Amino acid sequence: MSAVTAEHGHDDHHDDHAHGPEKGWLRWIITTNHKDIGTLYLLFALAMFFVGGTMAMIIRAELFEPGMQFVDPKFFNSMTTMHALVMVFGAVMPAFVGLANWMIPMMIGAPDMALPRMNNMSFWMLVAGVLLLASTLFMEGGAPAGGWTLYPPLVLQTGKALPFAIFSVHLLGISSIMGAINIIATILNMRAPAMTLMKMPLFVWTWLITGFLLIAIMPVFAGAVTMLLTDKFFHTSFFDAAGGGDPVLYQHIFWFFGHPEVYVMILPTFGVASTIIPVFARKPLFGYSSMVYATASIAFLSFIVWAHHMFTVGLPISGELYFMYATMLIAIPTGVKVFNWTATMWKGAMTFETPMLFSIAFVVLFTLGGFTGLMMSIAPVDFQYHDTYFIVAHFHYTLVPASVFILMAAGYFWLPKWTGHMYNEKIGQLHFWLSAISVNILFFPQHFLGLAGMPRRIPDYAIQFADWNMISSIGGFIFGASQLLFLWIVIDTIKGGTGEKVSDEVWEDAHKHGLEWTLPSPVPYHTFSTPPTVIPCDHN
Amino acid sequence: MKKTKQLFAGATLATLGLQSAHADYALNLMQGVTKVSHDIFDLHMLILWVCVFIGIAVFGTMFYSMYYHRKSRGHKAENFHENTTVEIIWTIIPTIILVAMAIPATKTMIELDNVQDSEMSIKVTGKQWYWDYEYLGTGVHFESHLDAASEKAHRDGSDPHGVPHYLLNVDRPLVVPVGKKIRFVFTSADVIHSWWVPDLGWKKDANPGFINEAWTSVDKPGTYRGQCTELCGRDHGFMPIVVIAMEQGDYDNWVKTTLAKQEEKPDLSDQSREQLMANGAAVYLKNCVSCHQIDGAGAPGDYPALRGSAKVNAGIDPLIGFLQAGTSKMPSFAKLKDNELAAVITYIRNAPELGNKVGDEVQPKAITPVYDDDDK
Repeated sequence: MSAVTAEHGHDDHHDDHAHGPEKGWLRWIITTNHKDIGTLYLLFALAMFFVGGTMAMIIRAELFEPGMQFVDPKFFNSMTTMHALVMVFGAVMPAFVGLANWMIPMMIGAPDMALPRMNNMSFWMLVAGVLLLASTLFMEGGAPAGGWTLYPPLVLQTGKALPFAIFSVHLLGISSIMGAINIIATILNMRAPAMTLMKMPLFVWTWLITGFLLIAIMPVFAGAVTMLLTDKFFHTSFFDAAGGGDPVLYQHIFWFFGHPEVYVMILPTFGVASTIIPVFARKPLFGYSSMVYATASIAFLSFIVWAHHMFTVGLPISGELYFMYATMLIAIPTGVKVFNWTATMWKGAMTFETPMLFSIAFVVLFTLGGFTGLMMSIAPVDFQYHDTYFIVAHFHYTLVPASVFILMAAGYFWLPKWTGHMYNEKIGQLHFWLSAISVNILFFPQHFLGLAGMPRRIPDYAIQFADWNMISSIGGFIFGASQLLFLWIVIDTIKGGTGEKVSDEVWEDAHKHGLEWTLPSPVPYHTFSTPPTVIPCDHN
Repeated sequence: MKKTKQLFAGATLATLGLQSAHADYALNLMQGVTKVSHDIFDLHMLILWVCVFIGIAVFGTMFYSMYYHRKSRGHKAENFHENTTVEIIWTIIPTIILVAMAIPATKTMIELDNVQDSEMSIKVTGKQWYWDYEYLGTGVHFESHLDAASEKAHRDGSDPHGVPHYLLNVDRPLVVPVGKKIRFVFTSADVIHSWWVPDLGWKKDANPGFINEAWTSVDKPGTYRGQCTELCGRDHGFMPIVVIAMEQGDYDNWVKTTLAKQEEKPDLSDQSREQLMANGAAVYLKNCVSCHQIDGAGAPGDYPALRGSAKVNAGIDPLIGFLQAGTSKMPSFAKLKDNELAAVITYIRNAPELGNKVGDEVQPKAITPVYDDDDK
């Protein structure tokens, strides 16, 4: 345990030979600065969060009452498909890459990312990919409507949009791989000399592991969609039984990508939670090394459980049993993490600022999502749960009040450091309570709907599902509207926030927990041009 | 927070006056009507209680800590950050629970998978967007579509509350005998579908070009409803399943009458224009509406419009041939009987709701086999 005080910090921000940002709007196009690119990623992700959210509102509006009221069934399917793709590839993943860009160099005492020009390129390729994807909404035959999983043969019935959607997946994949390479290279090569691997903040650890996941899986997804492309346009039959192929093969390949992919969204979430909770519990993170090993175990397991998404496609009994056992195992490292967070809070001196509130809600609600995950790992019972609203509730619990809440928490936690301004705590708390209550009104009843027999991805439903659907929609509208408060807070904080002077460490004793809090607020354009010599490390 | 949630839900409901709505606030999985479905229900309850128990322990600890270990109560933070004993305990206990869960789960899984010694087999083919049932070895073979009342209601935007079993009713249900081990074989003619009746306890995907198997043995007579659960395109939400289980004697009678009806020759005598139009409307609603839509406008980019279509409004003979042959995009409708074809052709050429007005009619006798039925 050691505290870093201002003396070494001075050297960093007196680096006057370092030039500042480019003047004018061109700065944002050509920047290679990790903070600028981090900001670009985060703002882009926020914009896409609202685009994807608008699609969710259309879905919930159509499902508000039984009967078809607003949209055509095909467009409804496009909405569920695009909502997922935009949220996964446009909002959650880029938001975590944005956080990685901003925070990893500052957390490990590096001046910038290892590959700054590639960093710029991966951001703009992401924008190109998402815009290309969005453009399919306006094409003949509409946007892809076969679900985000793009299962053949259904997805091959897509109109003109299919090759564009596939190319967009390629772009997004290249962007992700470049981002991952950059993050891994930064973490492995750019750490301050005293920053050993086992002193790294958990957020850095989780991203290191996530980086490897991304490099392993994105080429697999690219391969799968390329096979779709050749099946459709070049007369191959990878997924067509008439030519000796098998549509289920696609599902195996897709989920070999898809299951690690969902962990790409949750592992950095764990990292941020493990960073925030100790600060507000005023206590070191409990079980640092078991957190690292648990993250690595979860990442490893994510590669050998893929067919639990496919229990009902007709696997042999040995396959059903193997994938059931392997999936159940995930509960162990995940449980360790939840227990560790609880133990971190235990006998601390907790305060409940907005980032802490979101983090606690994350632990509770992610655990609920974990419970339903455990329930669905029981293969025979999954023959009932599969493809119903039960699974919709499950993965939304692990994504919205987990990943999205933690992204909000990260925003509140680091915005004062980034901008030098304090956000409005009252509005922050209001945003939290509205979100935390409405997200449960939105998703909890979906468990009941699934158990009562409502399939997912249907635009209209039988009368007995009416009441819970209406409640869910009401929760959805409140949740959607509440997020405008977050937008307001981000803008307000950038413009000056409460006007309160923010100290370097922002949160009480935060400097004991991470290097970023030893830097001035707002953070100068260039930091750690010379590496720090003293590393705050509260766990050994 | 849960209290708040309930209160809030209650208040919302009260203001919307929903108490009078038809729906029940169903909370849990149904127990079903087969042994397997009961086993699955028991497993579901077991794992649910395990989760509830762990949840109470973890959340209880957390909330205790949040209340007593807060700075505003003057609690001073301690500084411990590991405890090997505790960490080993909370790794081992979940492992034991998982092993204990895996044993009954394995048993049920094996039971669910065992299609041996079945007494009859039904082949189920998923099609965009209806089911096709073939009772292997008996000659009983029919299609099962969404019933006309639901079909109309969801298409013309009318209030579905008055429609009996809205979206969960079919024109011809699957009929099975109780107490017999029935083997199902699943396949698909186009995209992947999935056949699910919750009361039977399972769903199974219907994959094009492949066969999947599953089995059931229904304990008590009744009507059990379900839906397609694998996204299969535009009308995925509109291909329900209805299974009627009856005593063996009733079932045998049903097979007899069904076979007799299948053998019946269709009435090919001339019909009045009104009859043709009414029959045609019914045939259209069942076979054509998914693609060409209730107003004949089609779906731009996917399906052509019938409204003002040159093909529909030109000569009759090419139209008959077209419907019987089908194209790479449209299935052949040679499966329709001559009287049905005549009626639907009259309907699409003359229905005001489709915007066409040729002013002629086609009688069943005018239908000549352009394309031999057995070739497909």
